Amino acid sequence: MVKIATRRLDKAAILDISGDIDLAHSTEVRRVVLVEFRENRTPKVILNLIAVNYIDSSGVASLVEGLKASRDVGARMMLVGLSPIVYEVLELSKLLKIFEIYDTEALALEA
Amino acid sequence: MARAGLLLRLELTSNPEILSVVRSAVTCLAANLGFPEADTRALTRAVDEALANVIRHAYANRPGQPIELLCRRVTERAAEKRGPALEIVMVDRGISVVRKKFCGRELDDVRPGGLGMHFIQNGVDVVQYSRHLRKNRLRLVKFLPAQAPEQANGKGEW
Repeated sequence: MVKIATRRLDKAAILDISGDIDLAHSTEVRRVVLVEFRENRTPKVILNLIAVNYIDSSGVASLVEGLKASRDVGARMMLVGLSPIVYEVLELSKLLKIFEIYDTEALALEA
Repeated sequence: MARAGLLLRLELTSNPEILSVVRSAVTCLAANLGFPEADTRALTRAVDEALANVIRHAYANRPGQPIELLCRRVTERAAEKRGPALEIVMVDRGISVVRKKFCGRELDDVRPGGLGMHFIQNGVDVVQYSRHLRKNRLRLVKFLPAQAPEQANGKGEW
């Protein structure tokens, strides 16, 4: 199960994602992230992943798609609150360096 | 039917919602066999990705199709290593999976998709795919950690 709650602060959208981003649920994450960039034209989208228990390759693919969509529209996508499990998967994928990753939401908002 | 060294047998259907249940079962099994936490996570990830591949590719996302998952304690010989290991076999009746899909992709190629096979290969010591009688059979093997208690193979014990 995955839950996504959206908060808005100034020109940023913060997506609080909890649960498992796996084959069953990654399409929902992808959909919400793409809507922020392509339809809402949000300049800065912060994905708060602190409550994500598991992420698989389809979940990683959703994050990469979100990042590419952000670049297409000149916006920014940031990741915060990476749990050791999520960090491990991104590291294994050699994708840590392509994402903007911050320890906290406050740091991402300031950036 | 008795199966030597059988630890766990699951009859599943090709529904993505079942993946979290399988992850929990494999995590518990691996922990009980003495795998360190990092190895347990890697093994669980490998099984999860392999099952996801069956659902997505062999069954083309059609729900309700049969998948059998068997976990056994075996003595494995691979390359220069021989010893007790956990064998996980997944059998499905989907379409033949093109061998190319078992190669993964270069990690420097940043794009969505193609990571699953990389996660599978990272998590286990042996990956073998075969097709027989219209069934796909994927065999994953991970050697047990050295500190695991020695037990006779084929007794179905921990």
